Amino acid sequence: MTVLVDAETRVVVQGITGHQGTGHARAMREFGTKVVAGVTPGKGGTAVEGVPVFDTVREAVLQSRANASCLFVPAPFAKDALLEAVDAGVKLCVLVTEHIPFHDMLVMYHYARSKGTRIIGPNCPGIAAPGKAKVGIIPNVVFRPGRVGVISRSGTLTYEIVNGIKEHGLGQSTCIGLGGDPIVGTSFVDALPLFENDPETDLMVVVGEIGGTAEEDAAEYIHAHFTKPVVAYIAGRSAPPGKRMGHAGAIISRGRGTAATKIAALERAGAKVARFPYEVPEMVAEIAAKAARR
Amino acid sequence: MVKLTEGRGKELFRKYGVAVPRGVVVGSAEAAERATKDGSVPLPCVIKAQVLAGGRGKGGAVRFASTAEEARSAAAAILGSSFQGETVREVILEEKVAIGRELYVSFALDRTARLPILIASARGGVEIESVDDAAIDRQTIDPFPGLLAYERRQAAHALGLTGPLAGELDRLLSSLYRLFDREDAELVEINPLAVVGEKLLALDAKVIIEDDAAFRHPEYSAIRDDRTPLEEIAREKEIAFVQLDGNIGVIANGAGLTMATLDVLKEFGGAPGVFLDLGGTDDPKKVSEAFLLMALAKPRAVFLNIFGGVTRCDTVAKGLVAALESVPASERFPLVARIRGNAETEGIAILRAAGVTSVPDLKASAQAVVAAAKGGA
Repeated sequence: MTVLVDAETRVVVQGITGHQGTGHARAMREFGTKVVAGVTPGKGGTAVEGVPVFDTVREAVLQSRANASCLFVPAPFAKDALLEAVDAGVKLCVLVTEHIPFHDMLVMYHYARSKGTRIIGPNCPGIAAPGKAKVGIIPNVVFRPGRVGVISRSGTLTYEIVNGIKEHGLGQSTCIGLGGDPIVGTSFVDALPLFENDPETDLMVVVGEIGGTAEEDAAEYIHAHFTKPVVAYIAGRSAPPGKRMGHAGAIISRGRGTAATKIAALERAGAKVARFPYEVPEMVAEIAAKAARR
Repeated sequence: MVKLTEGRGKELFRKYGVAVPRGVVVGSAEAAERATKDGSVPLPCVIKAQVLAGGRGKGGAVRFASTAEEARSAAAAILGSSFQGETVREVILEEKVAIGRELYVSFALDRTARLPILIASARGGVEIESVDDAAIDRQTIDPFPGLLAYERRQAAHALGLTGPLAGELDRLLSSLYRLFDREDAELVEINPLAVVGEKLLALDAKVIIEDDAAFRHPEYSAIRDDRTPLEEIAREKEIAFVQLDGNIGVIANGAGLTMATLDVLKEFGGAPGVFLDLGGTDDPKKVSEAFLLMALAKPRAVFLNIFGGVTRCDTVAKGLVAALESVPASERFPLVARIRGNAETEGIAILRAAGVTSVPDLKASAQAVVAAAKGGA
């Protein structure tokens, strides 16, 4: 395994009988992913396009040796479904569901961590390693196998940029959409070491947004530990001042969290920061070309 | 997010056992006078506008009264006035208490630690951002054991509370954390928390409830936030819609792509007026509704920038064409479309049949819409 998923990844889709679950299970298989089981309570014993459906995750894991889960479970039931996967021993959970209350996410994150399960998401497009496996909903068409690692807090903006990398004749090692919620299972700082240690990744693209301080934290990590070239883009430079989480929010982030502070921090850390999404693939291609000439 | 007014916040405080001054919320000067006469609010009293904006004291939205007549005229002066764009419809009347010290406590979310955080400061009664960092005590709280006794003692120590007052704070923090947790709050803040003799009283209440937890709290659904009427319609249709000052309407999908689109438009001299995030949808009708909502905002030009993932480009194209047909010719505006990604070829064909060309390049399409908006001026 290089970065979280590879040809050995065996996926159980929680919520496979729903419209989204069925469609994305199909797209994951078309990508080449081993989708080995589905779970929908009450629908055990049936099948969705040849994928066996079980009532519980434990049953699915026992029968199909699933080691990753992709969750399409509605927000009110997501916490229960995720904890079920954790307790069944699944070590990677991609939580696509959006609008999960952060109080639920607090419990999910710390519980999963205590049991050694990694969560990606919520409200995220998931993870894909072209030519190997995809767990999530990123459209298959944007990918091409290559050596650029991508981590992003956005969904469609990630597709846009990944597609641009492909159109510049390059490809991706692994792409992770981390999700845009206030609390995510895997942050930039959690994901960067995986790419630093990945022999298949030569350079990194980091796509951030205004709000929170995940990009500033990433910059600190890059400065101290990350040895590969980084191209970054921060969306929302011109957005109106966003919703502030009251006065307490301001003193928690202590003057960080704006586009300006993020861009400055990343530049200080040695990253090349694009001003627009279409500049990212151009910068990536430039770095790749320089490396090839050496 | 649902911001609660002070009055509603204090109702929650009472329910969870956080002590607040005696008081009532009223909507008329007559009711204010009556409340002081029938003993529900002892005199002298304080009268405060029930608005969501801060800085009420400096802004004249807080007054004092020592007689029923003064209470009446103070309420009359505040009610119906406008405070930072909000019309005052209610005032809260409360007994005036003899304040010893003013403290600050809150529970919020620390995103980096991925934990709730308890913030305490002995310098309450002022904006907490203006307080020196060294005078603010922060403790992250693990949700599994929950708020622990030693954490409450640490907060008491930081606030300089001892004896019976430390016991008061211990109970208050337990109650406030329970409220934060059970009501799915993003923020509960007491500023000032007043020391009154051997008691602690919450003189103000700031409570923000998380939108995503609405399914557990139908009681908050009726509370309107500070939205424009069009934003309110959008909320009902579950479309993210924000009105700005410019004249270009932007329809995109996903928050990141929407923000990136605004960045590009601004670069080329455009002024985004409304932005609308379709999110993920597989229903052409939702796309039509979004587009018609955009038409109501009367933009000078519209930029549709979609990267199809969950949302298919052909779905967007169908919805857009249906909406275009129902907009009368006199109300049409220039439209620049850019649809990429999932089912791109099908979507482009549908648009072409309706006479709309998709410009694949983001820079070129942004420049085209900026030019269209200027051309119409």
